[in-house]
Amino acid sequence: MHIVVCIKQVPDSAQIRVHPVTNTIMRQGVPTIINPYDLFALEAALELRDQFGGEVTVLTMGPPSAEDSLRKALTFGADRAVLLTDRFFAGADTLATTYALATAIRKISIEFGAPDLVFTGKQTIDGDTAQVGPGIAKRLGLLQLTYVAKISALDLQARTIDAERRSEGGVQILRTRLPCLVTMLEATNQIRRGAMADALRAARAPIVKWSAQDAGVEDISKCGLRGSPTIVKRVFAPAARSEKAVLIEAGEQPAEALIDAIFKRQPGLETELATLARGY
Amino acid sequence: MGTAPKTAAPASGRAATKKELPEHFKAYKHVWVFIEQERGQVHPVSWELMGAGRKLADKLKVDLAAVVIGPEGEATQSAAAESFCYGADLVYMVADDLLTDYRNESYTKALTDVVNTYKPEILLLGATTLGRDLAGSVATTLLTGLTADCTELDVDADGSLAATRPTFGGSLLCTIYTLNYRPQMATVRPRVMPMPERVVRPVGRIVSHPLGLFEDDIVTKVLSFLPDRDSQKSNLAYADVVVAGGLGLGSPENFQLVRQLATVLGAEYGCSRPLVQKGWVTSDRQIGQTGKTIRPKLYIAAGISGAIQHRVGVEGADLIVAINTDRNAPIFDFAHMGIVADAIRLLPALTAAFRARLSPHSRDRIAS
Repeated sequence: MHIVVCIKQVPDSAQIRVHPVTNTIMRQGVPTIINPYDLFALEAALELRDQFGGEVTVLTMGPPSAEDSLRKALTFGADRAVLLTDRFFAGADTLATTYALATAIRKISIEFGAPDLVFTGKQTIDGDTAQVGPGIAKRLGLLQLTYVAKISALDLQARTIDAERRSEGGVQILRTRLPCLVTMLEATNQIRRGAMADALRAARAPIVKWSAQDAGVEDISKCGLRGSPTIVKRVFAPAARSEKAVLIEAGEQPAEALIDAIFKRQPGLETELATLARGY
Repeated sequence: MGTAPKTAAPASGRAATKKELPEHFKAYKHVWVFIEQERGQVHPVSWELMGAGRKLADKLKVDLAAVVIGPEGEATQSAAAESFCYGADLVYMVADDLLTDYRNESYTKALTDVVNTYKPEILLLGATTLGRDLAGSVATTLLTGLTADCTELDVDADGSLAATRPTFGGSLLCTIYTLNYRPQMATVRPRVMPMPERVVRPVGRIVSHPLGLFEDDIVTKVLSFLPDRDSQKSNLAYADVVVAGGLGLGSPENFQLVRQLATVLGAEYGCSRPLVQKGWVTSDRQIGQTGKTIRPKLYIAAGISGAIQHRVGVEGADLIVAINTDRNAPIFDFAHMGIVADAIRLLPALTAAFRARLSPHSRDRIAS
């Protein structure tokens, strides 16, 4: 069995700071990490490989420094890493990103065998769109299972997969056919601590590096900024509310003072709260 | 690469930044809202989007259409009828029993076919699990732009959709355009847009469109559906009163102070993103851009600094009360009322004081 896991190197958003005067992102010194949601996808793929045999290929698109994330994925036990890196990919929105990744997965099929499964995380923490997984599936003609909480069965003979998919009011149990793209939900597993042997291998393992041409991109105008139907016109910080918050003095009885201020401002609230509170 | 890294490249001076709409897209007119219906229930986000869509349509002087997709029968008919009460000028309907359960293949075909046949300029969907699964597939099939999780929608002077959303992990906002492709697609999370008033109106024009599939054409089968038990559901997004805690609580044990106040108020409790990332609280309780958006009458934020990604999730609250030790914390920029105090000490006092005040035997209440 061959599984491709798409990961993304992202800035650790907990450490992003905005310059107080210019309202621009201060990129210097912000560490990068593997998008946390992708680790659930990687672990799910590794578990299936351990159970059914085969190989896991991790794929990312990004600057040359994204190699760090691929090496990290190898330390967890991935078998092969592919880095798609080219200035033509810069500035891609989700549609242009899925074009590049889908092209690379076709090339992976030719070089290393067609994948039975493609995994992605639920979404990234920097773009937060959750669109790249479904986009890759559509471009490759794969069936898709999004927001998967659990893969309950995989039958490589019958070429079927059963999965529990989170939907708005409950869980759908779905059966579909391989090859298929799965986006894993968070907190569905825990990424393993890599084995020492994998760590040693990861340090020396060759990373497959492909430019747009290497990956088989035929139409460069579908990549990067040129291939993106959306454009960002303006980036800005939201304005502060014109009136600052009314600060309540924390005197001897701050709780009572705060409650008085709340009910003074919204007189109807006290009756409503009394009704609500009685429900408990 | 998502939308965020785009600003790394120069956005000005490129051909793509000019509006040069190809001739074949000029026939695309009108604003559409996808009405999300599952198991006979319309998701409230659909009506919220009808409110937003009505404003866009009025500004563009075009029609607002609802797209209702579902099984044949009562539920789908009534969703169509309701759409008129929320402002639809007409309804496009694909009713087929193969659409009883949401499946990506059948719903993508239904929505894509209706778009290709009737050509909307703007298409809005809810950013739910269903809406995001569907929107990503439809936009890729149509090869058009899709802006996820918008917090503001507007049309600019030349009639283009200006979709604003948080970027860089919610530390800044950006406005995104799909200038030269149609339809311009956007998703919006539940509760981001206010619920419009429902006005009883007669059923108007309904345009039916066939699905054109047999069950054998659809590979994915639904083996079963397990509805959430009531105890698993949190009503956080639609609660009237919400109490939430952040890193200022200092330890996971202190989070119970938030829950205790919520219980006394009959409120739902929530938290900021760092607490979920630290594993103190489960992700269904997260408030903000990547969690739930709330619009309560009263929101009490305890020990939350107020990053933009949190702010965009709570700005619709009628009254935001902030408790924070740092008087320069950004939360005081958008809270209506605040107190510079340690939440760990103030929360128990607030719980006790609210309990006394709201008790039916309270002297204060009898006196007032």
